[in-house]
Amino acid sequence: MSLNKLNQLYRAVVLDHASHPHHKNDLADATQSIELHNISCGDDIRVFVKITTNKVEKISFTGNGCTISQASASMMTDALTGVPITKALEECDAFFQLTMGQTVPTTTQNDLGDAAILGSLAAFPARIKCATLAWHAAKTALGGEENEYNNFE
Amino acid sequence: MANKFETIAKDFPILSRRVNSEPLLYLDNAATSQTPNQVLERISDFYQTSNANVHRGVYTLANEATEAYEQVREKVAAFIHAPNAKSIVYTRSTTESLNLIASSFGDLVVNQDDEILITIMEHHSNLIPWQQLAKRTHAKLRYVMLTDDQTLDLQDFRKKLNEHTKIVSVAQTSNVLGVTNPIKLIAKLAHEKHAYVVVDAAQSVAHQKIDVQDLNVDFLAFSGHKMLGPTGIGVLFGKPELLKVMPPIQFGGEMIENVTQTQAKWQQAPWKFEAGTPNIGGVIGLGAAIDYLKAIGMPWIEATERELIERLLPELEQVAGLTIYGPQNVVQHNGIVAFNLKNLHPHDVATGLDMLGVEVRAGHHCAQPLMTTLGVEATVRASLSFYNSLTDMDRFVYAVKMVKEFFDRES
Ligand SMILES: Cc1ncc(COP(=O)(O)O)c(C=O)c1O
Repeated sequence: MSLNKLNQLYRAVVLDHASHPHHKNDLADATQSIELHNISCGDDIRVFVKITTNKVEKISFTGNGCTISQASASMMTDALTGVPITKALEECDAFFQLTMGQTVPTTTQNDLGDAAILGSLAAFPARIKCATLAWHAAKTALGGEENEYNNFE
Repeated sequence: MANKFETIAKDFPILSRRVNSEPLLYLDNAATSQTPNQVLERISDFYQTSNANVHRGVYTLANEATEAYEQVREKVAAFIHAPNAKSIVYTRSTTESLNLIASSFGDLVVNQDDEILITIMEHHSNLIPWQQLAKRTHAKLRYVMLTDDQTLDLQDFRKKLNEHTKIVSVAQTSNVLGVTNPIKLIAKLAHEKHAYVVVDAAQSVAHQKIDVQDLNVDFLAFSGHKMLGPTGIGVLFGKPELLKVMPPIQFGGEMIENVTQTQAKWQQAPWKFEAGTPNIGGVIGLGAAIDYLKAIGMPWIEATERELIERLLPELEQVAGLTIYGPQNVVQHNGIVAFNLKNLHPHDVATGLDMLGVEVRAGHHCAQPLMTTLGVEATVRASLSFYNSLTDMDRFVYAVKMVKEFFDRES
């Protein structure tokens, strides 16, 4: 029995982001915020964005989750801060492709920064949702995805 | 035991596969049980030799299929000691059974200002149907809470049970806390207040003998797929006099006696609740699963699982930083063990275990109000079955320690 394979997923940079997440705070001057739930574990993530002149001036998150979801959210905020909306949406899509094991151009990978390392998730399909939650919230907050606001029934 | 175990494990082909290059150790039996060859073969046999729609044809095949389908009803009735086969309704699952009671019976007997009493440990299937019923009828939904030991607080139950209580609905065994509730006592107390008693037996039916007459419950629900049968088949037991007055909630073929352009007359129970072509293959598989459980013997199953949990729990309690939910005393704890490791998210733990071939559940287990009460978002959960071995228990504890060491080293 060995856990060597786990090292591919839980790299030092992932663990760093998870234990000291970047931009983990709410934004008083946010222009939009979106909360999404991981329905299997009940974790929730809220992503805040401040848009000025079609650019992501600030992006941050709050909420609790596993190592992967926290690290991924932190990496997402690094990748999308200061990026024009259209480009930010492309990066979200590139991230989704990467986690599903599809190849994305090297330049896009570079744009993703630390987040590119989560391409390792392709070998852990059961955890893709943990990683993509924050990115779906970001994409939604940027108007790239529809959010059905379900009310409590 | 070792010998019997080895022969039993051979009945479950899936148990010999590998996962992530390790031999599979399946410990998610509370989510769904594995299916023995005897069940798979019976289903395949049915499709190969007797497949036809039921209650519809006069030809030989249709008659054979109908007989097989109705014989399983007798078998189910005998398995839970129901008074007769007519008290057994086939459904899709525990969830559908509970929804049927809440919609049909609930709307019949619950009025404004009545109370529905459930417990905080309920699975969402035995919670949301009542929550919705309460909203529809403006009744009050109340929850029995837990003792400090995380078992059902019977004092709280006595306190919240009163003459306004119309329905009491309780899980016989919690899918998280590893506790089995005293249904006979609960039913007696509830009946004293003229309340009806519904039991969610999803987690108990494959692990202990159930006698609905001795328990004196009004309704009892369970799923085939948690008792070695196929998915998509469930059971609702109801006292015949109650099923008789309940209106059907689905309409269509098979459930009617007579139809005109303007009205229709229902069949009697249980058939009035079985609209449309039912899951015939599922029923046949359920029958085979009951035969299998009976051949092994419920007392043997109970004793074997007791032996397993008594090996597992004390060992697991020794792991530093590991919290077990539910009673800590092994005598009160059954084979469902929810736990967390300090500072580790259950998903991370479950991925680690998966890499070692150990399949467990991590999440809220469809019991979010319970998670809130326990003060957690989610837990890891290992749930065993009689086809697991003592060696499996040791291997599981070892795997948990390895995963813990992995993350301790990394952080
Ligand atoms: C206690 C309990 N009740 C109800 C259910 C629902 O069972 P099913 O999904 O088969 O309807 C489950 C299973 O997940 C359960 O554990």
